[in-house]
Amino acid sequence: METKIAVSNNMTQSAESNHKMEIKNLSVFYGKFRALAEINIAIQSNKITAIIGPSGCGKSTLLRSFNRMNDLTPSARMDGEIILDGENINTAGVDVVDVRRRVGMVFQRPNPFPKSIYDNVAFGPRLYGIRRKNDLDEIVEKSLRQSALWDEVKDKLHQSGYSLSGGQQQRLCISRALAVEPEVILMDEPASALDPISTLRIEELMHDLVKDYTILIVTHNMQQAARVSDYTAMMMIDEHRAGRMIEFNETQIIFTNPKDKRTEDYVTGRFG
Amino acid sequence: MTTTRFQELITKNQAAHSRRRRITNIVMLTVTGLLTLLALIPLFWIIGYVIYRGGSTINLDFFTQLSRPLGMSGGGVLFSIEGTIVIMILACLFAIPPGVLTAFYAARNPNTPLGIALRFGTDVLAGIPSIIMGLFVYVLLVVPTKHYSALAGGLALAILMLPTIVRTTEEMLKLVPHTLREGSLGLGAPEWKTSLSVVFPAALDGILTGFLLGIARSVGETAPLLFTALGNEHYDVRQIIQGGIQTHESLFAIIGRIINQPVDSLPLTLWKYAQQPYPERIDQSWGVALVLMIFVLLIEIIARLWVESRKRALQG
Amino acid sequence: MLRKTFETEIKQVKDDVLMLGSMVEQSIIEAVEGLKKRDLKAAQKILEGDRAINKKRFEIESQLMILIATQQPMAHDLRLLASTLEIISELERMGDYAKGIANINIRMSDEALLKPLIDIPRMAEKGVDMLHRALTAFVNEDMETARKIPVEDDIVDGLYLQIYRELMTIVIADPTTIERANWLLWVAHNLERVADRVTNICERTVFIVTGELTEITDTDNEFWHPHKHE
Repeated sequence: METKIAVSNNMTQSAESNHKMEIKNLSVFYGKFRALAEINIAIQSNKITAIIGPSGCGKSTLLRSFNRMNDLTPSARMDGEIILDGENINTAGVDVVDVRRRVGMVFQRPNPFPKSIYDNVAFGPRLYGIRRKNDLDEIVEKSLRQSALWDEVKDKLHQSGYSLSGGQQQRLCISRALAVEPEVILMDEPASALDPISTLRIEELMHDLVKDYTILIVTHNMQQAARVSDYTAMMMIDEHRAGRMIEFNETQIIFTNPKDKRTEDYVTGRFG
Repeated sequence: MTTTRFQELITKNQAAHSRRRRITNIVMLTVTGLLTLLALIPLFWIIGYVIYRGGSTINLDFFTQLSRPLGMSGGGVLFSIEGTIVIMILACLFAIPPGVLTAFYAARNPNTPLGIALRFGTDVLAGIPSIIMGLFVYVLLVVPTKHYSALAGGLALAILMLPTIVRTTEEMLKLVPHTLREGSLGLGAPEWKTSLSVVFPAALDGILTGFLLGIARSVGETAPLLFTALGNEHYDVRQIIQGGIQTHESLFAIIGRIINQPVDSLPLTLWKYAQQPYPERIDQSWGVALVLMIFVLLIEIIARLWVESRKRALQG
Repeated sequence: MLRKTFETEIKQVKDDVLMLGSMVEQSIIEAVEGLKKRDLKAAQKILEGDRAINKKRFEIESQLMILIATQQPMAHDLRLLASTLEIISELERMGDYAKGIANINIRMSDEALLKPLIDIPRMAEKGVDMLHRALTAFVNEDMETARKIPVEDDIVDGLYLQIYRELMTIVIADPTTIERANWLLWVAHNLERVADRVTNICERTVFIVTGELTEITDTDNEFWHPHKHE
């Protein structure tokens, strides 16, 4: 029996040209096991889209499809289209390095490199051939300002990245991603390892960044998804343990009047 | 407050239990303390005795002079110290690059045929007796070139050090969290750059500690050097260099002369002197033992200081 | 079942709303009875009872605020709690209407009623009956029943029109009765408003279930429209 999928996608015709990224009929396999089945989702430019769902439903796998990070797992295979600005990036000829520059990622646990704060942020630009000190200084300052970290670290740029607190380290990782001027930022539970104040700071930061970037966030914290996002996608696993998209709509509708009973059960906490 | 059945059960013998617990505690502490002391006795005995027997022989000359013929007093073991250093430098040069690269490959591809073969080979190598390694290099290098050399000695020790280096490096690389790799790859860095610029520095401390410990172990090996370095009581690097400069030899030639002749090393010298029936040599061998001990101790201390300072640097 | 504590507390809130509802129903019936029988002591009791109604309303409101703050209600739960805040507000106003009727009773003190009360008690009974069913539908989240109740407001409006015309006739015949007629008209007006507020409660019940907040019937010009009830 096929699981019923209620996809209520309220995008109007004019909004379709605003799709920064789209996924069409994506299935992700690890060897023989299908982890994601027939996912369809459109991400609006300069908006925050949240992906929610119970543990193990494939949220992170879906997120990592957007920048082809699943390629790193040897047995992974992705079938379907992953579209960035109208072009399918899930093909053999695509420059994955450039994809990852344009679609940056911030992870759950802050993972600064064992280098100085400056070198952490400059790592990306240096990868792309930027060498002159003046250029790098400029980029480093701009990125640190964008993630509201500059004032706190400007006098200690050459100290190790590990000397910062957890919340600061996460903002450092965000700076690092911003330094290569991505277009889309993927965030995999960016605040789940942080204390409440740092979490709220990161959320504030998201609101500032979304003016210039498109943001996609995976979170198991529903209140965070409700606070922060413009659109929310609800996922769940079907009877074959494959993750599916259950409902996708504006956040305010998902949390006040969802159309699918499974979404309703999840957001009201009646389903773990 | 009413008592539960559990509380009832335990209050019955509480006084007796408590006493027994205390006694057992004291007894066990005493026993472990005594056994610890017992284990430490050989260590202190050896150190003490070596200091006692070797201390009198050690003076500045010991460190700066070549050996004097028997019958004359004085003389030193400079040749031995220099020989040890040269051999160790060569051993590191030979062992570290292949060791590290092998470890990188094995850590990244543990399940490929080559990866499995490498790890298996390393384990086997670790178990081969050191004298056989010496014989191997003898056949490989000494026989064709028809002379013993520091080069051969270094090669033999390198083979000895290789398994330790590969194993430690591999373990340290595996300890680096995969999220660090992902962070770099997520920015668009290619695999090799990620390994070099991110993973390696992160594992560096552990790897270096591994090196230093490998060196500390190898410094005391004698067997592999028997057929490769042989020994040379007239080895004086300064003289070689000065002589080379005077005769306008190229750097290449000077280095060639440094490494291409038989040399002594501290354990080798110790072994040779200890076997000779002359009292000066016997005394000197105790002195060498002391020097060797100090040498190893120094390496260990440097290793520890380094780790501490790096730890402090990382914490800002 | 997850959120058992929350479910229990929701049930408790609903029970409290029913209790508030029955306090209000009783207040309305007794106010009109007291007026009919010119029982001034009963009127006093109503005034005191109104304080109890207000207190109960604030207790329920407090509890709702606590639930909203601590349970992060979403979707259906959110609609339920938000609507309950509205409903208890409507009930409290209905209690005020009953109080108004009791006040008029006291105002009229020794004076006799203009005419024996027939339609006014009918309005009260109808209104209270509608209220009772609307609250039951709310507690059971019974959208179908809730949808059907507002149309009965027409009956109440009809009775009001009748009373209006009767009183007009009496006043035109004898202008000195104008004060007493005014009072009675005010009582009828209060009862007409009670029925209107019941409609709001029904609309909220539908909102809880469907998430859509709409007017159920067009109740705008029910009185002033000259031809509506002809």
